[in-house]
Amino acid sequence: MQQGENDMKKNQLPVRRRAYIGTMKTTMWISALITCALIIGIIVYVFAKGIPFISWDLLSTSPTYIPPHIGILPDIMNTIYIVIASLVVMVPLGAGAAVYLEEYATNQKVVAVIEYAAETLSGIPSIIYGLVGMLFFCEFAGLKTSILAGALTLVIMNLPSIMRTTQESLKTVPQSYREGAFALGAGKWRVIRTVVLPGCVDGIITGCVLATGRILGESAALLFTAGFAHALNPFFEGLMSPGATLTVALYVYAKEQGEFGAAFAIAAILMVLTLGINSLAMWLESHFKKMREQGYPQEKSKE
Amino acid sequence: MIGEREITVTAQESARRKRIERIIHGIFLMLGLITVGCVLLITIYLVISGIPAMRTIGLKEFLFGQKWASTAAEPKYGILPFILTSIYGTAGAIVLGVPIGFFAAVYIAKIAKGRIRWLLQSAVGMLAGVPSVVYGLVGMMVLVPGIRKLFKVPDGASLLASIIVLAVMILPSIIKVSVTALEAVPQEYEEASLAMGATPIETYFRVSVPAAKSGIAAAVVLGVGRAIGEAMAVMMVAGNAPNMPSLFESVRFLTTAVASEMSYSSGLQRQALFSIALVLYFFIMLINAALNFFLKRGNVKQS
Repeated sequence: MQQGENDMKKNQLPVRRRAYIGTMKTTMWISALITCALIIGIIVYVFAKGIPFISWDLLSTSPTYIPPHIGILPDIMNTIYIVIASLVVMVPLGAGAAVYLEEYATNQKVVAVIEYAAETLSGIPSIIYGLVGMLFFCEFAGLKTSILAGALTLVIMNLPSIMRTTQESLKTVPQSYREGAFALGAGKWRVIRTVVLPGCVDGIITGCVLATGRILGESAALLFTAGFAHALNPFFEGLMSPGATLTVALYVYAKEQGEFGAAFAIAAILMVLTLGINSLAMWLESHFKKMREQGYPQEKSKE
Repeated sequence: MIGEREITVTAQESARRKRIERIIHGIFLMLGLITVGCVLLITIYLVISGIPAMRTIGLKEFLFGQKWASTAAEPKYGILPFILTSIYGTAGAIVLGVPIGFFAAVYIAKIAKGRIRWLLQSAVGMLAGVPSVVYGLVGMMVLVPGIRKLFKVPDGASLLASIIVLAVMILPSIIKVSVTALEAVPQEYEEASLAMGATPIETYFRVSVPAAKSGIAAAVVLGVGRAIGEAMAVMMVAGNAPNMPSLFESVRFLTTAVASEMSYSSGLQRQALFSIALVLYFFIMLINAALNFFLKRGNVKQS
């Protein structure tokens, strides 16, 4: 009945309005379809080209020139090193900045300046980070071209994002918890350590996952800070020596050496990793949101 | 006697605690100001290292010179080709990407329901997560030969290929920010329009879109920022010859000009590369200011 009425109404509309509605509908359909087709096309293409080249030999060996052989184990290790090093430095800095903004800052002007700076940072292109990272960490601080210099550059790049996720979860810690702790005679620092920080763990975790995704995909900032080397090193030695991550290795193989098989294999691995990590981030965000909607979990106030 | 001693102990204790609190407050203040420090560091480094070459070459010669030949016997440092390429490339990506992104965003925000909406949003999320080198690789292997065959040009690595890659890369940010803006439109607006006899589609485009226009403008500006700052993907498909921009010509962007010569540059050439980065930074700051203006007006958070 309702459907019939609607149809009648539609038929009564003047031709011009019907044409407008039809055009808009079709355009929207096509645009949404293009968006879907793009990602599906890229995924299918990269997997079709890359998976045949993925082998245990490729994943578990270092490259050699004589005989010519490609292995990406060093690049995988470098990527892991750079993720670990960046997260270790980034978490205290980003979470600390968020705690300052949410818990300490009283001067609105200071808050505005800090937030403006964070927004500016997230708009700066990665090639500029790479350049300044090279000037500051590699040359001025004397780290030379190394994984550590690359990791520190990435820390600056990803600070705004971990600050934002931590801030958002700090906002959800109920004010009454803080008041309760203050009423029991706890000092500011004790309240933050025992009540506020445990309450923002979810934000920090989400921030870390998001940052890992961005670090895995980053390349321009690493070209001149972490370099192109394919040497296999243990963790601490690796930090101090140059090394290519998976993305940089992909670039070098595709653009400079014409080894497209290896490039596509790396691309397929990167796609799996970034898609996995992005879905994890999306799942975490909705999971934490649900947890908060269900009421603030009790165990967080135990300490 | 005992009471007196206790009082002095607690007084000492509280003085000690106050001191600790003050130190911790100071630490958090420093962490809070770290983003401001980073922005200052980047700005100062770029200005200090970017100015000397501009002085040696001459500002007018540098910005409006049409020839870049940094390794020639008689080097020329004119970056007008790079500036124009960046502007044309970005404009092209916006012309191509914004309509698709806009219509897809309206579809996601207003029409798609349930599973289709989830599917589209994951597609957008995945597009955002694809590393730029993977976009570059796919562009290099699919677009570049495609353009060569389709338009019968000697080399497909061209401004057109870069424009298409950039359009795809800015699509997710445009869609995400526009969807947020469209979802924030008060429902009463739409209900009023529907009650007046407008059909849903007319309501979305004539009421919701105008109401969300600041947010959509912010989405476009964000896309401009992303496009002008992208380096790696463009480097793989643009051909990198310092020509004046033309659709089927091999071109070099501001970002790729820095990236392609950095590794072997020295002396004035190296300083000139820093000056290019400074010009790029200047553009980014302008875009940031515009973005902030629209975000404040539209009251939408940047995702």
